[in-house]
Amino acid sequence: MEDQSAGRRGNLLPQVLWFFFIAACVKLLLVPSYHSTDFEVHRHWLALTHSLPVSDWYLDETSPWTLDYPPFFAYFERFLSIFAHLIDPEIVDIQNGLNYKANSVIYFQRISVILSDLWLLFGVYRLSKKLEVKRRDLMWVLIIWSPGLVIVDHLHFQYNGFLLGWLLLSISFLQEGRDLMGGFVFAVLLCFKHLFAVAAPVYFVYLLRHYCWKGMVRGFSRLSVMGALVAAVFAAAYGPFVYHGQIQQVLRRMFPFGRGLCHAYWAPNFWVFYILLDKELAFFLRKVGFNIQVPSASFTGGLVGDSSPFAVLPQITPVTTFIMVLLALSPCLIKAWRNPRPGMIARWIAYAYTCGFLFGWHVHEKASLHFVIPLAIVAVQSLEDARHYFVLSIVSCYSLFPLLYEAQEYPIKVLLLLLHCALMWIGFSAQYAEDAVARATAPAPAPAKKKVAQSKLKAAASAEGGFVIGWIGKIYLFGLLVVEIWGQFLHPYLLGDKLPFVPLMLMSIYCSLGIMYSWIWQLRWIIKPT
Amino acid sequence: MGKKKEEKVRDDKVDVDRDDGASWWLVQKGIGASFICIALFALLVRVAVSLHPYSGAGNPPKFGDYEAQRHWMEITLNLPVTEWYRNSTTNDLSYWGLDYPPLTAYQSYVHGLFLRFFDLESVSLFSSRGYESYLGKLLMRWTVLSSDALIFFPAVLYFVCVYYTSHNSSRRNDIVWHISMLLLNPCLILIDHGHFQYNCISLGLTVGAIAAVLSQKDLVASFLFTLALNHKQMSAYFAPAFFSHLLGKCLRCKNPLLEVIKLGLVVIGTFAVVWWPYLHSADDFFGVLSRLAPFDRGLYEDYVANFWCTTSILIKWKRLFTVQSLKLVSFTATVLTCLPSMVQQVLAPSGKGFLYGLMNSSFSFYLFSFQVHEKSILLPLLPASLLALEEPRPFRWLTHHALFSMFPLLCRDKLILPYMAMYAVFTLLYLTPGGRSRLKKTDHSSSIASIMIGFLYLCSSILHIVYLTIRPPEKFPYLFEAMIMLMCFPQFALCAFYSNAKQWLLSKHSTVDKEKKLI
Repeated sequence: MEDQSAGRRGNLLPQVLWFFFIAACVKLLLVPSYHSTDFEVHRHWLALTHSLPVSDWYLDETSPWTLDYPPFFAYFERFLSIFAHLIDPEIVDIQNGLNYKANSVIYFQRISVILSDLWLLFGVYRLSKKLEVKRRDLMWVLIIWSPGLVIVDHLHFQYNGFLLGWLLLSISFLQEGRDLMGGFVFAVLLCFKHLFAVAAPVYFVYLLRHYCWKGMVRGFSRLSVMGALVAAVFAAAYGPFVYHGQIQQVLRRMFPFGRGLCHAYWAPNFWVFYILLDKELAFFLRKVGFNIQVPSASFTGGLVGDSSPFAVLPQITPVTTFIMVLLALSPCLIKAWRNPRPGMIARWIAYAYTCGFLFGWHVHEKASLHFVIPLAIVAVQSLEDARHYFVLSIVSCYSLFPLLYEAQEYPIKVLLLLLHCALMWIGFSAQYAEDAVARATAPAPAPAKKKVAQSKLKAAASAEGGFVIGWIGKIYLFGLLVVEIWGQFLHPYLLGDKLPFVPLMLMSIYCSLGIMYSWIWQLRWIIKPT
Repeated sequence: MGKKKEEKVRDDKVDVDRDDGASWWLVQKGIGASFICIALFALLVRVAVSLHPYSGAGNPPKFGDYEAQRHWMEITLNLPVTEWYRNSTTNDLSYWGLDYPPLTAYQSYVHGLFLRFFDLESVSLFSSRGYESYLGKLLMRWTVLSSDALIFFPAVLYFVCVYYTSHNSSRRNDIVWHISMLLLNPCLILIDHGHFQYNCISLGLTVGAIAAVLSQKDLVASFLFTLALNHKQMSAYFAPAFFSHLLGKCLRCKNPLLEVIKLGLVVIGTFAVVWWPYLHSADDFFGVLSRLAPFDRGLYEDYVANFWCTTSILIKWKRLFTVQSLKLVSFTATVLTCLPSMVQQVLAPSGKGFLYGLMNSSFSFYLFSFQVHEKSILLPLLPASLLALEEPRPFRWLTHHALFSMFPLLCRDKLILPYMAMYAVFTLLYLTPGGRSRLKKTDHSSSIASIMIGFLYLCSSILHIVYLTIRPPEKFPYLFEAMIMLMCFPQFALCAFYSNAKQWLLSKHSTVDKEKKLI
């Protein structure tokens, strides 16, 4: 086996491609499955960027799905539309293509997502190529075979894999100490999808301290180089729209604050507790005798209006959420300022996205991928990280379940999650049992009865230091199962159509517990003195 | 949990003498855990394949195998047992009449109950003919999926446990590789979950029976194999191998007659139980029996890559001979070709010889018997996949051509995408990095052979593309089907010849004490 592992170290590319192609095959098989309206959104963007001049991209209102991503993404769609036009001109027809459902468009768009995942692959490859074999394999399993990405990108339909590829690429540059490139790639990412801007403060502080803080003259020149580079990226993206005098229109499209605090299905974040507290207080006060008005647009009704309809607690505005995110970020920023270490950057970025997810305005449940994927980088580093990641990634994947509500996809999402659990369990166990053995054998090598001793040590290691989830974690994960069984089977059976919002609400609340745990855990790790 | 532990104990036995220090991470936790992982992946792939169309989707008036299975559920659910196989005003046998043995009928009944619970309309008598709906498709797919998970998967686990407790020398990576080869066989997945059939049940029962034979539980084996036979009469392809191996074993016991009687009682008893409703009158019994032997369908169907169909290009069998004489000729040819392997097993029964014997007898049937269908290649493929670790290259070769021979069928079902994806999954798993140790060791085939193999791979891939893109000339509408058949038949014949030779060489090499140990 040793010779084989040595051989495996030699040629990395075929191996990482092996992981990619296995995933690609499964994704190909999933082509005919359900896709959300996001599919039509992206198809419309293909048509829009193909048939309209740049100046009309952010003005067009042919379809309700107006372009609301930054310009680079629009350019990306423009690039894809070249091929779409070759395959079937109807796809990129702005009028006739509306709600086009032919096989050609389905295959084209699905395969475009699968191929764009190559960029994610490149990011992972760069991150992992210096790692030892086992950690590397594990990281590949966690990221390339991530069930969340399959659910969101290849069933629900989006291009997150491609975007996360940029993020991972940026992190890989920062970890290598190539700050300029890291900053550049991140700027590019921001021009693809602005929701990634939550980590911008971390980048700013880190780059300022680690890259620019090198004395007066050198520091200033570095600062200006970095600034110029970022400015150039933004100019390339927004320049045409500034030229056409549409920058306000572009920004209005990109930041639709009218959408309300929570999405129709509550993302499992902090605001779930806030809403719940409000409801309980209102209920309690009404019991006591106060006259509390029921807000017109109730959260449980599904649709959410412009204002946040709280009965008792103070209203939440975008500014409030912004300040809360910054406050939550501050410990991390202080740490990054005091001691900017490349080894911590993945944690800090993941933490920033966690904060954004927990306290942000109108957060989508899909956004949990923004921190789950980068955390995979640290999950292979230590046992505690692995334990935390195990729980977190299960919760995050489970919270994506409501995206696929049709019966046909039910076994798919369940199997994806179970497979992910099994792979993580086996992978982490293998990784950390080995580590424990290595640690135990290192001080006293006994050449005589080495094999027997080693097997004993192995047993001991797996009993003590191996990959074990604590009883709280076990109970929590078991609860997840209970919530799922309640929501899927018992609730419809026992209550019928009454209280239809309860299963989803239960899921939100229960998953947000897990995400809160993860946030606190990450925070503790970050403020831990090193 | 208890089951898992048991497997772990077994695993520890398996790799007691090795240290997988830097081994692949998947095998660390033991075979049980790896099996669960692969099984989950295999299930995921099956569910994904089942998203695609089934045979005869939206194609009235006859539809396809999907409608046949659904119709059987409708019939079994709504009519009394004795009416199932009888033509009547309520049961029109010319419209997908039941022509599988009673166990299939019972299985249809149980699945029909499941369908009726969720979607009454899909199995109501008469009105449900050609019923197609989102929910109906889903429920039908799930019945196959659950049968697969409940019968085929445990059978494979049983086989792997048994097989590798007797082979101490194999590495864990090899075992895991072998499990993935067994559970992710593209042909079986495409036919069961794409085209729509329940081969997983009869093949699963057969695998269980094989495992029981290998673990010396002959009575269990004959029970399971009788069930397989009662689910699909096609399982008879394996009957000569089971018969000769078990007979050979019995002859070596102290009291051969007693052993044979014991086995015979189990077989007859199982048959009696399964056929109980039809044993009350001779009429019923022969009525069912005549349904099971569809001799009116001709010597072969479509363009199956067997001896009769391939040679019919030169000799028009169907025109030259009567059905009666063809029956006799095909029967004789089948028996004659599987006789050598049977003789070998009677003379020197051994575990490995038994597996080769299964392959040989099923190949004889596939190549020479009456009324063979393309899908029947699944049967020779099963023992080949059980032998995958010993014969990786022939296994891959055979899988490639088996899949290829079913390409026209799968094209008709609009399953080209899953066909390609499943073929890719299979190839990728076959070439898993670090998955199998013997890959390099056996790499000493001559350059001429490898050029030949490469050339044939190239030919078949070109033919795939030609089949999809070019319309055949008006004069020969089935030109490409015939070409595919002409490419596949020699390979199947070669494989059959090879495994026959291997089986006979086995008895040459095996020493006397080894045989003693086995008995």
